[in-house]
Amino acid sequence: MKKIINDPSAVVAEALRGMALAHPELIRVRPDPAVVVRADAPVAGKVALVSGGGSGHEPLHGGFVGRGMLDAACPGAVFTSPTPDQISAAVEQVHGGAGVLLIVKNYTGDVLNFETGAELAAAEGVDVRTVVIDDDVAVKDSLYTAGRRGVAGTMLLEKIVGAAAERGTDLDGCEELARRVVANLRSLGLALTACTVPHAGEPSFTLAEDEFELGVGIHGEPGRQRLPMEPADQLVARLLGPVLEDLPFAEGDRVLLLTNGMGGTPLVELYLAHGIAEKLLADKGIVVERRLVGSYVTSLEMQGMSLTLLKLDEELTELWDEPVNTAALRWGI
Amino acid sequence: MTCTTETLVAAVRGLAGVVAEHRTELIDLDRAIGDADHGENLNRGFTAVLSALDSSTPDSPSAMLKLVATTLISKVGGASGPLLGTAFLRAATATAGQSELDGAAVAAALKAALDGVVARGKAEVGDKTMVDVLAPAVQAATEAAGESVAAVLAAAASAAEQGAESTIPLVARKGRASYLGERSAGHLDPGARSTALLLRSLANSAGAR
Repeated sequence: MKKIINDPSAVVAEALRGMALAHPELIRVRPDPAVVVRADAPVAGKVALVSGGGSGHEPLHGGFVGRGMLDAACPGAVFTSPTPDQISAAVEQVHGGAGVLLIVKNYTGDVLNFETGAELAAAEGVDVRTVVIDDDVAVKDSLYTAGRRGVAGTMLLEKIVGAAAERGTDLDGCEELARRVVANLRSLGLALTACTVPHAGEPSFTLAEDEFELGVGIHGEPGRQRLPMEPADQLVARLLGPVLEDLPFAEGDRVLLLTNGMGGTPLVELYLAHGIAEKLLADKGIVVERRLVGSYVTSLEMQGMSLTLLKLDEELTELWDEPVNTAALRWGI
Repeated sequence: MTCTTETLVAAVRGLAGVVAEHRTELIDLDRAIGDADHGENLNRGFTAVLSALDSSTPDSPSAMLKLVATTLISKVGGASGPLLGTAFLRAATATAGQSELDGAAVAAALKAALDGVVARGKAEVGDKTMVDVLAPAVQAATEAAGESVAAVLAAAASAAEQGAESTIPLVARKGRASYLGERSAGHLDPGARSTALLLRSLANSAGAR
């Protein structure tokens, strides 16, 4: 393992210190329990959005704290959900009197810890609601799994609901909007290489030079299928096909397309893949109304990518276009 | 032989030692079908339990169990933090008001721990989780409940080890390994392994007295 770190167990704490110094105008970092909060929190009268999850997915979630997106993020250890005391501390620090919406990716640990954190916050009299994101079509949603995972689509939800909260939408409205986004959101990812969790010291799995893993998650966990390596045209088609079938997306639909990098794939490849995806969608008569290309929901240094589609309506499009001012997403300001 | 606060504190210190010793093994098991953090998370939690013991002295078995519970819940994260934390919390509640625990009390505490884990995580036997270890352990402990603490825990630990082995051929239906579907078969579940290790450590502590 070769990484720019000191003690593997201090990676998150040291990274948070650097992040606070990098973005003093946007965020404050509270060290124990670790919480990243908007610099101007709490914003009186606004619904507060709190998310969090294991570290290693940067810029998710801390990079999306700021005006028009999240009020707080709770960073857990690498690939480990945050603990309930982090979540209740975040709620306490950003609660502006209009309630708090917790945005949780669907993993057993995240759901359990956020449930407990929500109970603690509710015991303090805060109106706390929870929305669980499960956009990954790689996992079969059945009684026999923990359910679909929350992956790259999470950041789209955080942006859109964050814009609504900033406009003054109340807690009921934000919760309903969040559920609507979840219902129209689908993703699928692939990996060309594994990633190495700092405290583990070795890659989470190994892929041969001529293999890729389809349906990979964002924690270095193996996917559902290992296949021989293919040219980009085929790789993109393999991602897009199941995503389109699942909702399903149909001719005439207007969509937001997120072409997301897993951390170790250069932008030149992401643009290449994005071009293919747009062409495939155009061929099917699906209108790419908005798009975003970059590494936003990552898996440490993993090489790979995911495609996310969100079916848009006029309101979702308007909310996407609203100003946002965070470390990793910034426009209209 | 019963279990006093003092012996339980010593047993908890023993748990921390076993977790530290098996940290890498648990990470490796988790890497195969999960996300390679189980050994690290448990070790962080039990190291925090040791620090907590340096600054406070529990005055009953129940208080000792509760200290483990709250520390694991606030320090571990992941699924194992709330699940193991809940197990210890329910055991604390089940033993409240008792200054010494006999075999029957230990069996009842284990039963309460299992019920808590099932209520929280909603797993059943056969899902390839820690429940595959706790359920047979509780059954064995209940059958031995009339005997000494050491005998109850020895029975529980043996059943736990068999339970852990039984997870190897299973296809996971809960937790992160469930995403792998059929590919999760053929691997020992890391949560099952750690639960069996903890029970064996408790049995060893009780048997050594």
